[in-house]
Amino acid sequence: MGTTVTHAPAMEGLSKDSEPRHGPVNSPRPAALKRRGRRETLAGYLFMSPWIAGFLLLTAGPMIASLYFAFTDYNLFDAPKWIGLDNFSEMFGDPRWRHSVKVTMWYVVVGTPLKLLLALGVALLLAQKRRGQAFYRAAFYAPSLIGASVSVAIVWKAIFADDAIVDRTQKVFGFDVGGWTGDPNMIIYSLVALTVWQFGAPMVIFLAGLKQVPRELYEAAEVDGAGTWRRFWNITLPMISPVLFFNVLLETIHSFQIFSSAYIVGGGAGGNACGPADGSMVYTCYLYVQGFENSRMGLASAMAWMLLVAVALVTAVLFWSQKRWVHYEEGAR
Amino acid sequence: MSAQATDITPAPATTESAFRRRLPGALAWHIGALVILAVILYPVIWLIGGSFKKSGDIVGSLDLFPGDPIISNYTGLSDGIADISISTFFVNSVMLAVGSVVGILVSCSLTAYAFAKIRFAGRNLLFTLMIGTLLLPYHVLLIPQYVVFRNLNLINTYTPLLLGKYLATEAFFVFLMVQFMRNLPKELDEAARLDGCGHFRIYWSIVLPLCRPALITSAIFTFINSWNDFLGPLIYLNEPDKYTVALGLKMFVDQEGVANYGGMIAMSLVALLPVLAFFLAFQRYLIDGMATSGLKG
Repeated sequence: MGTTVTHAPAMEGLSKDSEPRHGPVNSPRPAALKRRGRRETLAGYLFMSPWIAGFLLLTAGPMIASLYFAFTDYNLFDAPKWIGLDNFSEMFGDPRWRHSVKVTMWYVVVGTPLKLLLALGVALLLAQKRRGQAFYRAAFYAPSLIGASVSVAIVWKAIFADDAIVDRTQKVFGFDVGGWTGDPNMIIYSLVALTVWQFGAPMVIFLAGLKQVPRELYEAAEVDGAGTWRRFWNITLPMISPVLFFNVLLETIHSFQIFSSAYIVGGGAGGNACGPADGSMVYTCYLYVQGFENSRMGLASAMAWMLLVAVALVTAVLFWSQKRWVHYEEGAR
Repeated sequence: MSAQATDITPAPATTESAFRRRLPGALAWHIGALVILAVILYPVIWLIGGSFKKSGDIVGSLDLFPGDPIISNYTGLSDGIADISISTFFVNSVMLAVGSVVGILVSCSLTAYAFAKIRFAGRNLLFTLMIGTLLLPYHVLLIPQYVVFRNLNLINTYTPLLLGKYLATEAFFVFLMVQFMRNLPKELDEAARLDGCGHFRIYWSIVLPLCRPALITSAIFTFINSWNDFLGPLIYLNEPDKYTVALGLKMFVDQEGVANYGGMIAMSLVALLPVLAFFLAFQRYLIDGMATSGLKG
């Protein structure tokens, strides 16, 4: 599975010979070919029909519906009532909404870089051939599988509570700030710690990228007398920049959507839906509260669309910046 | 440190000095790896140890394992949560997870076959749309989907949680399978075409068997994702006897979390066991699948 580079030029040559539709100049019987092309199209859409149905019914349709709801007052029981931009003006004027944006931004801005830096650092460590390397790789990856579970959120709440391990450790170093999960300003950092703990998934992707950097480049650099740092900066980093881009994009987008761990570590249902004094009230938590606890489906849809706009903007900026720092090799795409 | 990595062909005459030169690097490497391992494993070990402690000793105590381990946290679980047996939650979760796996394997492999092996008008546009859904926040779809399923009286059924799996909405797995199918040797299906095989024959008898690793990876990820899913069941299920393990555990937290802390910790561990078992059994597939997803992104 790791050998993704192998769809090789040899096969492309072969496919060119066997598929005359590429070059219509010498095609012997255009009518037959056309018929075959139509059959292929039919087969293609037939095979894809589950996805097409899913895309229309569960993605495109709901997106349009949600855009409509965003401009209505809708409580599930009465028909949606068109109110223009009222949801948006209410949202922007709501201090709790602005707070949830702030909390989410802190989570994304602090958590994502820390997680990716750790992932890259540990990947560089594990890229060295040493005994136990495969074991460490598997063990470091494990948290990515269980990190989103309710169980781990419960553990997190406990180990970051007053007088638990984290609190006592920080006291040893002279930081007497109490447990993080009970503190409105600190609880979000316990969630940052939770996402950083799951650095294994991007690490595995970095490792796969590092494995594809040609050895000769390092050997040549060594001959030229380049030190460790220069080799990293001038060879490793450019060579893995596509993988870095992929990780930055996916991790950032995922971070924006954090829900379950914030909801559970923060305490969940009832008066304080997300943490003491809304400390872990991330964006989607507030969306859940407005939509499903307060039955304000129109307002929640407007919030969802704002999230989509934010994610789309980040994606666009990242793709735009790609030209400056991501190096794709000739023919690697 | 990375000097050692490229040091594959040193002159063999100086083995001993090379060894001495390499030793500090190796030592630092292993110490570093072990420190990270300790931090990574701490929460899990804490959970295991805590499940054998008395409720009052769990949060405050720094001992990983209690001096006098008790098993009443586990035996207490047989009372169930709010009069519902723990096994009910497990049966529900397993049903949902298995149903999801079947749906994903069928729908995503069919879709991936079309993307990877059939040339047809509009394919590239559809592929771009499919990749686009990979980046779409689920929350935009959440409310309208809920409204529709509610109007169809499908709340408290598993349909809303399963339907998407049968309609290939999990773009990640379609993508994973497309990547895999594209790398299969073209000669095989072209020979089959010349022999007059239709697409379904090729899909079923040639491509699917060769895709086993990608199918296994998708199946395990789907199982684990379905097992861990919290938001979906939270929204669509509100009768406790339909709850999954994740929701049952959350109910435990809300209803007995303070009174029976030890039981909650034990239940947390039990809820994790299937995922941990899958990880131990299939970690190679999971890690390879993860690694592939990032290449040629």
